[in-house]
Amino acid sequence: MTIKVRIPAQLRSVTGGVGEIEAEGATVGQVLKEVDTLNPGFGERVFDEDGKLRRFVNIFLADEDVRFMDGLETEVKDGQVISVVPAVAGG
Amino acid sequence: MSDKIELVCKECSRHYAPEALHVCEYCFGPLEVQYDYEQIKSTINIEEIKRGPATMWRYSKLLPVEDAAPVDLGAGFTPLVRADRLGALLGISNLFIKDDTRNPTGSFKDRVVSVSLTKARQLGFKVAACASTGNLANSVAAHAARAGMEAYIFIPYNLEKAKIVTTAVYGSNLIAVKGNYDDVNRLCAELTSEVPDWAFVNVNVRPYYAEGSKTLAFEVSEQLGFELPDHVVVPIASGSQLTKVHKGFEELKSVGLVDTVKTVRISGAQAEGCSPVATAFKSNADFVQPVKPDTIAKSLAIGNPADGFYAMETVRKTGGAIESATDAEIIDGIKLLAKTEGIFTETAGGVTIANLVKLVESGVIQKDETVVALITGHGLKTVEALESSVGPTMTIEPKLSSFLEEYSLT
Repeated sequence: MTIKVRIPAQLRSVTGGVGEIEAEGATVGQVLKEVDTLNPGFGERVFDEDGKLRRFVNIFLADEDVRFMDGLETEVKDGQVISVVPAVAGG
Repeated sequence: MSDKIELVCKECSRHYAPEALHVCEYCFGPLEVQYDYEQIKSTINIEEIKRGPATMWRYSKLLPVEDAAPVDLGAGFTPLVRADRLGALLGISNLFIKDDTRNPTGSFKDRVVSVSLTKARQLGFKVAACASTGNLANSVAAHAARAGMEAYIFIPYNLEKAKIVTTAVYGSNLIAVKGNYDDVNRLCAELTSEVPDWAFVNVNVRPYYAEGSKTLAFEVSEQLGFELPDHVVVPIASGSQLTKVHKGFEELKSVGLVDTVKTVRISGAQAEGCSPVATAFKSNADFVQPVKPDTIAKSLAIGNPADGFYAMETVRKTGGAIESATDAEIIDGIKLLAKTEGIFTETAGGVTIANLVKLVESGVIQKDETVVALITGHGLKTVEALESSVGPTMTIEPKLSSFLEEYSLT
């Protein structure tokens, strides 16, 4: 499954300035791991030492927060888009 | 403003220059404005504050921007009203209402917008933008008009009618998004990466924006004679205001404007239909699980609150509590404040009053404490919420006899 991943400005220093990356995987977590393989440095910014999402990173699949689904285990479908978004905004 | 301000990550303490940045580039933690308190302490004094403008800008030394002509419609320095009738009903003897309905666009948001757009203009931005549940939309539209800035305002499409009209009238670009506030917020957070030359007040210039809420604490203290209250009840949406009210009280101690070591207890108020922070607080969790909001208190309907964790932490360390109120209790809260003190608040204020009642009943608020309830928005913004519960008490013909007949029956 090839999935588009949208990268926020804060992470574009590890993606060569690119705001959208295509990666393979069956789940949200697998796709993000693939993004890390393609762009070393991505993973340590998004995940903590235990491999969990950092507190202030939100991941959306098809515009829905993955915490309302199965988190990083959420299965992805062809054509869906994953967004990595800093959590601190709004209010 | 102190000569040197910096942005510091609240999570990993990395330092950044005071630019349009809101999260740490390394860990995504929120950036917080840090001041040189020793320097401010040596120049700030009560007499000078009292001679300052009758607005929040009398506290410019403790704000992250200094400008001889800020983007200003007169926000702040709103009345602190002694609420003896409501206090007597609740059985507490020193209750005050901070009446922030009296701001230029009718809510506390004028404080944060005045700071953020003044800073944005200094940083060179020409376009103001925001994600809003309504009050912020009103305020950004009005302040942008005043400053001659173009504005792009994103709101959930199902907002209260008054909040739509009172935003649209200022001529900004008003974008109604088919989703809830969290959807709008996510959209704006993503947009910030694509249009970096817009100042999203609650995204890329959020560290400065949030500082505006400290002025609530500064004014409350000044209005109590440069003393600190014992306990403050603050509504929670993103949680930012609550953390900044606490920061404001602490800063007054740091710069020597109040002479005390006491910590002001801060309690939080949420609507039951959107109470992720209250739920986390009550279950002793160390994270806030997002929810899908369903409440009449739309201005507090943030299911994924950016500062929820910090608000909870602040309440815990100051010895407060976080409660939540049902829609019916919120309506009762609005009516109670109106009937006892003559102040008409929007649904968020109903949340504050309803939870004030609960906090007194549960004994969290002690009867001899000096208590301040923050009433942050005007009732005319959310009249729909009351339409089915208040109205004419009688309808008569325009004849003397008609009134006298009806009157005698009641």
